[in-house]
Amino acid sequence: MLLEVSGLRAGYGPTHVLHGLDFAVEEGGVTTLLGANGAGKTTTLRAVCGMVRAEGEVSLAGQRITGLATEDIARRGVAHVPDGRGTFMELTVEENFRLGAYTRRDAEVQRDFERMWEWFPRLKQRWKQQAGTLSGGEQQMLAIARALLLRPKLLLLDEPSFGLAPLIVQDIFGILRRIRAESGVGILLVEQNANLALELADRAYLLETGRIVMSGPAAEIRQDEAIRRSYLGY
Amino acid sequence: MDAFLLQLAAGIATGGIYASVALAIVMIYQATHHVNFAQGEMATLSTFIALTFIQAGFPYWVAFGATLAVSFVMGALVERLIMRPVQHAPILTHVGVYIGMLLIIGNLTGWVFGYTTKVFPSPFEGGGPMFGGLLSAHQLGSVGVTLGVLVLVYLFFTKTSLGLAMRAAAYNPRSARLVGIRVDVMLALGWGLAAAIGSVAGMMVAPIVFLDPNMMLGILLYAFAGALLGGIDNPPGAVAGGFLVGVLENLAGAYIVGTELKLSVALIIIIGVLVLKPSGLFGRVVFSRV
Amino acid sequence: MSAIQDTPTLAAAAPRASIARRSVWLALGLAAALAPLWLLESFHLFQLTMAVIMSLAVLGLNIVTGYNGQISLGHGAFFAIGAYVTAILMAQADWSFYATLPFAAAVCGMVGYAVGLPALRLGGLYLALVTFSLAVAVPQLLKHRALEGWTGGVQGLFLMKPEPPAWLTARVAITPDQFMYLVALVVAALCYLLAWNLIRGRIGRALMATRDHPTAAEAMGMDIAALKTRAFAVSAMITGVAGALSAAAVEFVAPDSFTFLLSISLFVGMVVGGVASILGSVFGGLFVLFVPNIAESISRAAPGVIYGIILIVFLFVLPDGVAGLVRRVLARLGGRAS
Repeated sequence: MLLEVSGLRAGYGPTHVLHGLDFAVEEGGVTTLLGANGAGKTTTLRAVCGMVRAEGEVSLAGQRITGLATEDIARRGVAHVPDGRGTFMELTVEENFRLGAYTRRDAEVQRDFERMWEWFPRLKQRWKQQAGTLSGGEQQMLAIARALLLRPKLLLLDEPSFGLAPLIVQDIFGILRRIRAESGVGILLVEQNANLALELADRAYLLETGRIVMSGPAAEIRQDEAIRRSYLGY
Repeated sequence: MDAFLLQLAAGIATGGIYASVALAIVMIYQATHHVNFAQGEMATLSTFIALTFIQAGFPYWVAFGATLAVSFVMGALVERLIMRPVQHAPILTHVGVYIGMLLIIGNLTGWVFGYTTKVFPSPFEGGGPMFGGLLSAHQLGSVGVTLGVLVLVYLFFTKTSLGLAMRAAAYNPRSARLVGIRVDVMLALGWGLAAAIGSVAGMMVAPIVFLDPNMMLGILLYAFAGALLGGIDNPPGAVAGGFLVGVLENLAGAYIVGTELKLSVALIIIIGVLVLKPSGLFGRVVFSRV
Repeated sequence: MSAIQDTPTLAAAAPRASIARRSVWLALGLAAALAPLWLLESFHLFQLTMAVIMSLAVLGLNIVTGYNGQISLGHGAFFAIGAYVTAILMAQADWSFYATLPFAAAVCGMVGYAVGLPALRLGGLYLALVTFSLAVAVPQLLKHRALEGWTGGVQGLFLMKPEPPAWLTARVAITPDQFMYLVALVVAALCYLLAWNLIRGRIGRALMATRDHPTAAEAMGMDIAALKTRAFAVSAMITGVAGALSAAAVEFVAPDSFTFLLSISLFVGMVVGGVASILGSVFGGLFVLFVPNIAESISRAAPGVIYGIILIVFLFVLPDGVAGLVRRVLARLGGRAS
């Protein structure tokens, strides 16, 4: 297992949002967390990457990472594309790329730049432009590229479709499928659009008010009419 | 005409001083998005430390380097010990802490080194007046040093990944952590660098205005004006702004308001820039789209 | 809605007890304020007069910085203007001290309003920077040759304390120093009353709302620009009146009495006394006057160092100042002081 989480509790101040979650992401696999607004999906991602204080066991490739600082978790290979994207609006696309690879000392950074240009050709066109001037879709692409440049073992994605036009969402999920096929990075995906998420994922968990109420292979959940009706609403 | 050229040259020379302090202010701003009111006092203390090294018999440039190192450590320590605990406090607290440091550092300097005005040596002596007496060797040298520091700072911020990381940490600490940047370390480094640059400014100023504990107070004002005029997030702009303020100050002092009112030139520039063009003459407009 | 309806019932629940307690406090306060007239000799009474004046200046600063969140590091400028208006009118035009007071207040109010206008466009740190620059530039402005005919330049101006009136001297033996203390006390009390009325009512809530939640305050229909500029005007007015009183009490004004350290002292006094606290302003004034005097006996540099250390220690340990400490101690002792 790439990521194993058990008994994860987290919250903000005295309020608890997560009440003991168990889930996992396989090596090279895609796991999705589904659920309504306020179910605790975003908080789960924050807890995994150390942005909120968490209790329980989180281990990455067998190493315990609970309680580490965000920057140390990032250095161990967890890249997070948070809500609000986490790009550096004031800096150029190029500088965002360089920051993505900030912790790396290997010689392949340039090759990874080229790979990103291949996956996101529009970012190459905008190379010297300030990130804040990009369109919403381009910013999301930049955020994903920035995260991948860390060469992570695990990529956390918080609603990559949020606020984007349907066509652009299709684009982005197309690229995510390519990333999945070509890079071997494990993905933990939080998404409102359950249909899209289940298409991409191989495992799915359903969250309700901070608890997992159902889990299973994505394909099965997708087929299950009852679950779709009662939990996913489509 | 000759008198005008003389004023212009003198303006460029003093402008170089303002430019280097403005650069230190912009450094802190780049690294923390704050303006340190105690910058001048820290620079004065550094200059006294340099004088101590020189009086102990070290060659000038050795003393210069040692002062840079000591100042860097001092700046980083200030961040660690004093700024860190109030990191998330409201602006009023930050301003209060800056004022507190200004009082403590300024008065401790006077306490330890005395209030008598002291002569501070220049490394550029012996050349005699240049350009038909318009500039002294020291003035020319200090302008050169300021420009040199500017080039180094500019390269550091744009070409090195550490400089880029410092800017990223200031703009968006949360995202910076996500790419593995140690934001706390960046802040301490930023304070250290700013203190080091401030010490260069102090050592270049002191031969001209002489060294005393309150040496920097007026200069700090002009430097603020220069930094704002050039754009507070733009190191080359701040340097250009510093030179411009120096020239404006000298010309206005000679031809318009008289020398007693020179400080108000700085005040007018500060207010004018903030009200009319808050991003400064060379500051770039930052776009953000949600 | 419910909060608004609850308040009158709560307030009505214990009117008698609260009135009784207030009268006791008032009588105690009055006694404490008047006792020095008999207890202190001239020099210490003068110092206390200055402390009252400084409290008033800190109160002015507290209105704009404490309650309204606009950081001013340059209130010494308003203090200086108030002092100079009174001094010029008394020394050059032979006005009586009392006639200069409303005039000084009006001039400072107008200047404050004018400073408040550009301040509207400046965020917290930049306003601090501008006012800091103002504070540094003040002595130079006062020394300027164009104003020398009025201000007396570097030499400054001499004036006289107001004489105790005949009807008073006919009945009790009162020295000019004692009388000056009374005048300062009465003027300060009036200003405190004005500030207290302003702060505890609708305007005070609006000031604090624009400080804490500007967007929400605007959405609720508050005219933020008007509130902020008026806060600046009232604040400058009160600090200016303090300056006018100080000119009379010291009987002398000169540019170097109004260096940026004066502005900084007022700021330190506000933080130490208690930000956004009327009672805190009283402590602030006492602090501003007495701590440097005590520290000066150690060394020339000591007041600055001690000021700085106290300022930072308060910001770290007691961010709500002496007033906050007093409030908490009283609360712990079981009183319901607020």
